[in-house]
Amino acid sequence: METKTGTWIEKKGLAQMLKGGVIMDVVNAEQAKIAEDAGACAVMALERVPADIRADGGVARMSDPDMILKIIDAVSIPVMAKCRIGHFVEAQILEAIGVDYIDESEVLTPADEEHHILKHNFKVPFVCGCRNIGEALRRIGEGAAMIRTKGEAGTGDVVEAVRHARTVIGAIRQLQTMGDEELMTFAKNNGAPYELVKEVKQTGRMPVVNFAAGGVATPADAALMMQLGVDGVFVGSGIFKSGDPARRAAAIVKAVTHYQDATILAEVSKNLGEAMVGRNVSQMPEGEKLAGRGW
Amino acid sequence: MKIGVLALQGDFAEHISMLKRIGVETAEVRLPKHLDGLDGLIIPGGESTTIGKLAVAYDLIEPLKQFGKSHAIWGTCAGAIFLSKDARSNQPLLGLMDIKVQRNAFGRQVDSFETDLEIDELMKATGTEHPYHAIFIRAPLIESVHGSAKILSALDDGRIVAAQEGHLLATSFHPELTSDPRFHEYFISLAS
Repeated sequence: METKTGTWIEKKGLAQMLKGGVIMDVVNAEQAKIAEDAGACAVMALERVPADIRADGGVARMSDPDMILKIIDAVSIPVMAKCRIGHFVEAQILEAIGVDYIDESEVLTPADEEHHILKHNFKVPFVCGCRNIGEALRRIGEGAAMIRTKGEAGTGDVVEAVRHARTVIGAIRQLQTMGDEELMTFAKNNGAPYELVKEVKQTGRMPVVNFAAGGVATPADAALMMQLGVDGVFVGSGIFKSGDPARRAAAIVKAVTHYQDATILAEVSKNLGEAMVGRNVSQMPEGEKLAGRGW
Repeated sequence: MKIGVLALQGDFAEHISMLKRIGVETAEVRLPKHLDGLDGLIIPGGESTTIGKLAVAYDLIEPLKQFGKSHAIWGTCAGAIFLSKDARSNQPLLGLMDIKVQRNAFGRQVDSFETDLEIDELMKATGTEHPYHAIFIRAPLIESVHGSAKILSALDDGRIVAAQEGHLLATSFHPELTSDPRFHEYFISLAS
């Protein structure tokens, strides 16, 4: 019998297995274990969470492969890792060490200010950030098998995550009401591949799984994103920058499963200790925002 | 006929859309009370540790064990792990099926694969002759079957990827990710 690996169905399929789950940023094997024990469906291995990348400044790059491998050894759930936008060699390295998903991420300092990685060239699947449907469909056109709305990472302020999720989901609804003859102009105005625009109109959803990211800090934030219509959430700084990471992590996992049940949401929101110290995005200088990275 | 899909985490929506396509009524199961009135249950793909922990947190383990004594349950991938007696790891299991599974048995995501399987039982039950196209994603392997559990399908090298024990069904792969409804039809026949 013939077997095939690295196919589009395989790449998209792993993201489908993550649906209804929480993917947590972790910086070492110990945090990865805490995340797994709390019920994370995957972890994102990186040297510094976005809140620290913001605080430290400088160039943020792919993490040390040795540190990622230690996390891979520590947990049984999928391990993701980030490479810089356009840095296809960092991606080759991450693929070589066996990460399950690569995040071509605006949280790291971009390596190319015009082009993203041609992700179809890889066997490992990629997730990419987006702020709107055009950006999402361009990334999928390049081979991203999963999308996350960007939000504003490392702030603990959910406002941008809401804005981006509403923008993407609103555009999908708008497409449902459009005539076929309007789709080429929609594709042109949004900088989106025409074939994918047609597919979204036909199916009424994104061609790949869509998570929310960037600013989720509480169980209520996570449930808010789920009710807005995303498939799951990434939590970056929100867990390990809080007072009681294990408890908060487990509460956010429960909130994503029971996102429609306010009684359970109230229960899991109790006594979580300090949330991460937030940064108000509306008072942040434009130059400090990460979401604008990506072309 | 009403089939529940355990909706704690994973690709439960894909199972629901396949069941709807073949005209079966569906329900999402997140709490014990959601099992009332169901004729069968599917445990979807996802992360077995996540599903297990949420099942413990919301007191689903005992109700699911009871349900499985008299009703059909089918586990795909993570669901197959959750149904097993032994997964060689310290995580919550239902222990309903006398099978031993090994998690992530084929390697990491880059090793995930698609292949065609000849599944006699399935082809007989659905009156079809073409092979079944199976999608494996960080898949578990059924190391061995015991007691009344029997092998339903194996790869060319003999490694077991589907098993059945009476009205209980376990597959390492994901029929819900295909457009082929035969496995869902087969499960419905067990639930009837």
